[in-house]
Amino acid sequence: MLIARVAGELTATVKHSSHEGRKLLLVQPLNLDGTDRGDAVVALDAVDAGVGDRVLLLTEGFGAMTAVGRPQSPIDMAVVAFLDRFDLLDTSSSETIRKRTAKATPKHNLNISTPE
Amino acid sequence: MILARVVGTVVATRKDPRLEGKKLLILKPITPDRKDESNYVVAVDTVGAGFRETVLAVSGSSARMAEGCKDTPVDTAIIGIVDNIEMDD
Amino acid sequence: MYLGRVVGHVWATAKDENLKGQRLLVVQPLTPELKNTGKRLVCTDCTGAGAGEIVYYCGGKESSFPFLPAEVPTDRTIVGIVDSIHLKGRSLKGQTP
Repeated sequence: MLIARVAGELTATVKHSSHEGRKLLLVQPLNLDGTDRGDAVVALDAVDAGVGDRVLLLTEGFGAMTAVGRPQSPIDMAVVAFLDRFDLLDTSSSETIRKRTAKATPKHNLNISTPE
Repeated sequence: MILARVVGTVVATRKDPRLEGKKLLILKPITPDRKDESNYVVAVDTVGAGFRETVLAVSGSSARMAEGCKDTPVDTAIIGIVDNIEMDD
Repeated sequence: MYLGRVVGHVWATAKDENLKGQRLLVVQPLTPELKNTGKRLVCTDCTGAGAGEIVYYCGGKESSFPFLPAEVPTDRTIVGIVDSIHLKGRSLKGQTP
């Protein structure tokens, strides 16, 4: 999993049927210092994330399919968690760098349904 | 499998229900002579690893073979804590 | 999945039996701002995308799943045609001239 920022949303009418009913997000993977890590990717949303949110991006197919409940479908990335915070414990100085990345309270309730 | 060093933790409240109760750690992959590689990855901990420990992690679909990770949305799992690495020179 | 633009077709007569009947398209990967990035690649297609269209494609073994039960030997498949992209405060249309 990678730490990532939701950069945008994407709409597509013609798409594989397994992608219907899920938000398509443009997600920019990040380095630990908050800089961009490569190019943005397209991921299916499993937690109702929105633009600007810090999220966890799953970059493996079977895990991503499990997250959105669509087995045997062409999905290789999914957003599986909304980050409240990540702490980097710097070994060289053994001090704790606390980075606030997002609001600590969840905005929405989770509603993940698995279609038949 | 990769060798890695635990460098941080991730806190996520709103997440896939199957990730609940799982500890998420930030790993930095290392070479066998314990030098950091430049990338990082967020992994699910299945063995109780702690800060600064050198661990063994699996990625890809084999991550879901780890204890308690069956049918969960996980792509990297910590499956061992390294005591010692011995290398021929 | 990744963003890309269809920039060409590939025809191949001698190919794997399971690739027969598959459209092979050349895709240029794009950034969300629709600028070219990285090398062009060949994708199979399950959407009927055409030249110039902005698409998103899936990588890895998952990219052969749209063709099940046929086992198509592919590692990139176009899985959607992009209508629009909404970045912070602005929208981009999928189709380019």
